Amino acid sequence: MANVLHIVVCAGVVPDPLQTLEPVTGPNGPGLKNEMVLPAVLDPWAASALYEAAALAAKNPGSKVWLVSLGPKAKLQQVMMTVAQKAGFELVPIDGPIGGFPDAHSTAAVLAETIAALPGLDREKLLLFGGWESATRGAGVTLQLVGERLGIADQFQGVDEINLRDDGSFEVLERVEGGKHQVSVCLGAPAVLGWATGNLAEPRNNPQIGMANMRSLMPALQKAKTAKLEANGLRYLSINLPKQQRTTRVVKDLTPDQIAAELVEWIGAE
Amino acid sequence: MSVETTATDSPSIAIDRQSMEVDIACAGFGPAMGGFLTTLTREWSAHPEDPAFESKAVPGMPLQVLCYERADDLAAGVSGVVTRAQGIRASFPQLNPAEIPMAAEVKQERVFYLLDPIGASRRSLTLRAADAVLRGLGRLAGVRDCAFELPWTPGFLHKHGGLVLSIGQFNQWVGAQLMATGLVQIWPGSPVAGPLISGKKVEGLRLADQGVEKSGAPAEGFMAGMDVRAQLTVVGDGPVGAVGQALDERLGLPEGNARREWALGMKFVLELPEDSPLEPGTVWHTFGYPEPEIFGFLYVHPERLASVGIFVPSWMSDPSRTAYRYLQHYIQHPALWRYLKDGALRSWGAKSLEESGKHGEPYLCGDGFARIGEGSGSTNMLTGSGVDEAWATGTQLGEAAIELLRAGKPFTRENLAATYESRRRASWIEHGAREAENARNGFHGGMVKGMIGMALAGLTGGRLSMSAHIPPVHKQIRPFPARLHKGLKLKDAVALAVADGRSLHDALLSARGWPEIPFDDILLVTHQDALLMGGKVQAAPGFADHVVFRDAGLCIGCAEKTCIAMCSGQAITLGADGAPAFEREKCVHCGACLWNCSQSPDDEHSNIEFRAGSGGLHSAEN
Repeated sequence: MANVLHIVVCAGVVPDPLQTLEPVTGPNGPGLKNEMVLPAVLDPWAASALYEAAALAAKNPGSKVWLVSLGPKAKLQQVMMTVAQKAGFELVPIDGPIGGFPDAHSTAAVLAETIAALPGLDREKLLLFGGWESATRGAGVTLQLVGERLGIADQFQGVDEINLRDDGSFEVLERVEGGKHQVSVCLGAPAVLGWATGNLAEPRNNPQIGMANMRSLMPALQKAKTAKLEANGLRYLSINLPKQQRTTRVVKDLTPDQIAAELVEWIGAE
Repeated sequence: MSVETTATDSPSIAIDRQSMEVDIACAGFGPAMGGFLTTLTREWSAHPEDPAFESKAVPGMPLQVLCYERADDLAAGVSGVVTRAQGIRASFPQLNPAEIPMAAEVKQERVFYLLDPIGASRRSLTLRAADAVLRGLGRLAGVRDCAFELPWTPGFLHKHGGLVLSIGQFNQWVGAQLMATGLVQIWPGSPVAGPLISGKKVEGLRLADQGVEKSGAPAEGFMAGMDVRAQLTVVGDGPVGAVGQALDERLGLPEGNARREWALGMKFVLELPEDSPLEPGTVWHTFGYPEPEIFGFLYVHPERLASVGIFVPSWMSDPSRTAYRYLQHYIQHPALWRYLKDGALRSWGAKSLEESGKHGEPYLCGDGFARIGEGSGSTNMLTGSGVDEAWATGTQLGEAAIELLRAGKPFTRENLAATYESRRRASWIEHGAREAENARNGFHGGMVKGMIGMALAGLTGGRLSMSAHIPPVHKQIRPFPARLHKGLKLKDAVALAVADGRSLHDALLSARGWPEIPFDDILLVTHQDALLMGGKVQAAPGFADHVVFRDAGLCIGCAEKTCIAMCSGQAITLGADGAPAFEREKCVHCGACLWNCSQSPDDEHSNIEFRAGSGGLHSAEN
């Protein structure tokens, strides 16, 4: 028996993490150099959550997916033209001056307030999805804070799989240390699931899905509410970027085993 | 690929191909399409109740205008340009460059002739003699840092009042405004396989199939590309775009026209040193180094960013023509190195430029279609300007489309010729194209003749120029002189490159006496590393290979294998069977392979096909 789910995916627009990211301190605190110049993508961890949500909704007729995203409207619009071809959803855009490293509490407050006001949302059917991490500016707590503000006690992080049961309960696989999964059983919605990569490949661009999304996407963008994030007087003591190291060699005729062994040695030397 | 609407896909496979009716279908989003859609939406926004903007494809709905772009992001354009911005400013009279990231008003223009500080450059005796005179005169002749600054910049090169732009950022800026109107849809990540053609009428576009093998055969998860049927198909997919190429194949070019002149533009986006004296809006044009045929440029953007690059033309007959390493030697020329040496590489990119101008102009319109931008032969090869012209052709088609919609006339060849083509013929674009038509002919007789011919055409408004027979591109590549010692040395270098895994062009240039590049991992990085800096090269899975070698036998027997040396992304390598092998995931879609092939199955086309493909270089700074 299918469960009717109301899945809300929180996903930010971030500078493409494969670009050269350089932290700088601007008038509003730490940020990334030339951030508005960098190409933007839907945060890859949260994008996994969106694709899982769409797949889950497809398996459970009557379900609905909302995508709540806070960011500059122009960037949202640009990114959505790609994302909208991959999965069906209703966009809930929030036009905000996101950039650099905004305060997670302020961000969570805006998101929770928006979700709480979604027309037609049944909180008893709510699965709040998002990324476990952020590829570019992860505070690591935003999704949990949104869940707390919405009064959702059941929270799971590092999720790779969810299996719904006929009675509405579900089994969740969360990543734990040692490359293993912890298996939990939740009695049912509402719950918060912070996704790792999941198990689905990135969907192909499907123009039909894009056209279907388009009917609601552009009006939603045009009516996007604006939000101002409170700085809360926070100071940032330090920000770390993942260390990038390139060692390029062109070698022919190595076996896959030899390549793997060399990669392990290279990673182990870090 | 063109698709006969009456034909089935394959007799053995039943393909469920979706179809959609729209009013205007557009292939490719660049400056030309930006001009077209800006003109259309501006008039539409001003007159939303005008029945001209009601859809005929979907009665009761507004005009359905859809644009499909191969790249995954509208900002993934590859070009840093300086433009007079005549057409762009006509569309945006109040344009404030500060609104567009990396845009700056042109402040200073200088032209330099670069001497060879290394001695490895392939210079003719005439040029060597001229160089010796300049070196002898030294500072008396204004030679500094092995560079002679022309005391006077020819008027036809001037870009006064123009703009230095990043095309990626400009496209993004235009695209955001267009989508904010809510009137048009621009879909990135959607390569167009080809036009839908019935007879000589274009009836729309077919998107590329997904879930296919490298060969294009359906595989697991096959999704047939959708047919988008339209009353007007706007073709703005550039010089190597699949739709434009298919139309050229199907309809041919006007009598006497041929596409035989190309160049590869490759450039770095650099962060200049903190104490750099170069002001935003600084523009340098150079010639003479690293090879006499290679022109170069330096454009300074705001925020201490600069675009520095070279153009490697098809008329550079050397079969080992390459770009990446030449670009590294270029930036190390003392005249540039003085300003760049403490800078850092931010990103890199490459693009083919269609340089035939009027010689390569296709049919600008036909039943159901019109062509705009670089693929329509709009680039002015005398002034070295293409973006502004492309934009203006788009605006002209936009005005024409509005006129026909308001008149209730169909998009037939006659109606498009009377509105779009006539506007173009009467405009500064056509005037400039006529002046430039034969300006570059002289280069087929050598660099000195080329410069004289260009000056003649430029200074006389095209009334005087040199005549030339311009051979097909595959014949412009000189065969290796296998009997000569020098040729054998080059062949040895090829063998060495294959044996020790070095990239071919590196081995070739080293064999010629060019010094090794002193990599510092900041400004001078390996070609492989450059592919990972400031952007990414990617290809969505499930698409077919878009570079196809027509006749493997010709490739195996080819001694030059220029396609490998000129491949901007090192996506073409030598396969075990002696034929080139293509790796789609490394292709930046520059299209250089299309015209850097010395073999031809029919004496006109090269042995390489460049089809519709997904992905490419994704760097918004380019």
